[in-house]
Amino acid sequence: MMLKSLTFAAGMALFAGGAWADDLKLAVTTSFANSGLAEVLLPQIEKDTGITVRLLVVGTGQALALGAAGDVDAVLAHSRAAEDAWLAEGNGTHRREIMYNDFVIVGPAADPAEVGKAALVTEAFKAIAAAKAPFVSRGDDSGTHKMELVLWKEAGIEPVGDWYRAVGQGMGAALNTAAGMNAYILADRASWLNFGNKAGLAIDFQGDPALFNQYALLPVNPAKHAHVRADLVQTLEDWLVGDTAKGLIEGHKIAEQQLFVFNAKPN
Amino acid sequence: MVGSILPLQVDALSLRRGGRRILGPISWVLAGAGITVVLGPNGSGKTSFLRAMHGLERINHGDLQWAAPMSLVRAKQSFVFQTPILMRRSVVECIAYPLLLDGVPRGQALIQASDAATEVGLGAVLNQPAQVLSGGEKQKLALARALIRVPEVLFLDEPCANLDGRSTRDIEAILAVARDAGTRIVMSTHNLGQARRLADDILFLYNGQLVEAGPNSILETPTTPELAAYLNGDLLP
Amino acid sequence: MDELWQGLAHAARLIWGFDPDLLEIAGLSLRVSLGATFVASLIGLPLGAWLAVNRFRARRVVIAILNALMGLPPVVVGLFVYILLSRSGPFGVLGLLFTPTAMVIAQVIIITPIVASIAHQALRDLWADYHDLLISLNASRGQRIKALLWDGRRALLTASLAGFGRAIGEVGAIMIVGGNIDHVTRVLTTAIALETGKGQFGLALALGFVLIALAIAVNLCVHFLSRTERSGRW
Repeated sequence: MMLKSLTFAAGMALFAGGAWADDLKLAVTTSFANSGLAEVLLPQIEKDTGITVRLLVVGTGQALALGAAGDVDAVLAHSRAAEDAWLAEGNGTHRREIMYNDFVIVGPAADPAEVGKAALVTEAFKAIAAAKAPFVSRGDDSGTHKMELVLWKEAGIEPVGDWYRAVGQGMGAALNTAAGMNAYILADRASWLNFGNKAGLAIDFQGDPALFNQYALLPVNPAKHAHVRADLVQTLEDWLVGDTAKGLIEGHKIAEQQLFVFNAKPN
Repeated sequence: MVGSILPLQVDALSLRRGGRRILGPISWVLAGAGITVVLGPNGSGKTSFLRAMHGLERINHGDLQWAAPMSLVRAKQSFVFQTPILMRRSVVECIAYPLLLDGVPRGQALIQASDAATEVGLGAVLNQPAQVLSGGEKQKLALARALIRVPEVLFLDEPCANLDGRSTRDIEAILAVARDAGTRIVMSTHNLGQARRLADDILFLYNGQLVEAGPNSILETPTTPELAAYLNGDLLP
Repeated sequence: MDELWQGLAHAARLIWGFDPDLLEIAGLSLRVSLGATFVASLIGLPLGAWLAVNRFRARRVVIAILNALMGLPPVVVGLFVYILLSRSGPFGVLGLLFTPTAMVIAQVIIITPIVASIAHQALRDLWADYHDLLISLNASRGQRIKALLWDGRRALLTASLAGFGRAIGEVGAIMIVGGNIDHVTRVLTTAIALETGKGQFGLALALGFVLIALAIAVNLCVHFLSRTERSGRW
């Protein structure tokens, strides 16, 4: 007990930590962080609203867990099923759609499984399974991972075998692994474009609407956790569905490509 | 002497180690003044005997009865080990250490220690690390340290065993001064010449037993065959 | 191999140019790890001394446990501290999660066993040396520990520096309890993890070299200040 007080006091003295003034803790996924959009939005948010958004970049599962525990004020996720379950448990007040981007299938530039010839993503997945081409899965219950599993299911395939490698890592790390193995991988476009180690990989399949990836803001429920800055979250939400946000989001390009499509319904 | 810790009654003292009895039973009285020399071949128990009296050994049987409470007893005796145990400090700090333990202010302790060091001939190396001294110098340091609290009883375990002639002479001179100042000294030695020079009385140990005790003269006229054999230089069984 | 040289060059540019982001995260790295080392030393050094000097029945078990704790996986410690400090946890009301203080707490838990273990090892040898003398001089328990701590200070410094080395390179625990929040809890190791995950190997390597340089600098500083290896003996 004595030691804890001592450490706490020392910590307070050293770091003047504790309660920040207009700080808001937002849990986001690695896919969102890798897109670079945060670097565009956050400074403008601070300028317009005075809120300093503190980003915690973790996997979807961990982000929702942090929200449920009340350790963050809001969550930005892209996994409808998991979000609905989270809301059903009373962890959040509601779900507000902001924007969507899309997933692409990245793989060896030579495309040995010929996924480029497929018309639908389910056909692409079938081709990979048939060829037993090496495929890297996020394997971490993230939004990306859940999307991947849904697609396998719709293709009627249970991905099992040496060729299917579940790594349990964030998007960037998984892309690294795929680059090292010259394997196929499902990735969000933004993470891919921003990825610095493309090696021999390229986008082999894209465009199927089934690959669209909806982002939503989930405010943590103040009835469950009285300390969350619900007021700040509301201000953030209002800003995110406004025109400034729309302009910044749709203007954010990597290699000349627009990454996100703004689809928030105004207040 | 106010609050003297002597006499010490050693009553059937016995030590067991590893299942064997290595010392005793020994009965003896440590009293009076002067120097008692403990003689005996290797393994006779001299070191164990001295350490036991000083309080460094766990006693299995028998009793040690000092004339004062233990708190006083501990403060008024010192021990000089055969191989000097020196702290990783300078010479003067080593000698001052017992005073610091007693709460003497550091400045004063260092002055006293400097004087003591000079008296034993270490005045030139006061601030050197104790570890760099020669064998003889180290033992002189140990002796100065042992004497700095002006103990009533001083135990020494073969203090000159590893020293050359000159250092031995110096040590013996310091012991003589201490004896004359009233310190009761009990020391063990291999050196019969040293025993003859210094001893007021002799204890002869063999096989953990006190075989013969008497004044210095028993070195000329031993009464037991074991002591006679030892004095003759014979190897005892 | 090319990447290594480029990383080294990048590191040099960052350091020379006093890149503000670099200074910020390097500064926080130092504050967190030095802070943790300081607290861990306050606990671990006397603990090591106390263990070296005392004999009690459970001593061997305690020492074995201490040595085993040296191998605590940092990420497990991080998880444990997160659960304690989470808003839903017992100490949530302190609001320490995702602050540098939480990182210090986690690192203290990780490195104290190391500091205590090395201190105990070094002082055990010294105690074997001093044992008869200190008992003969009638030193109290506290005085014995003080003597060991002071005379063994060089070895204790090694123990502290070993703790520091472990702390400055640690990433698993502080990632969880700190959250790697930009400008708040981002340090060199978590930044390296972040950049590696983005595939930005060049920058990650550069940061790695800065980290190594920092650790060496701290060690040199400490040795210089304590004037070790100056004379022939310690």
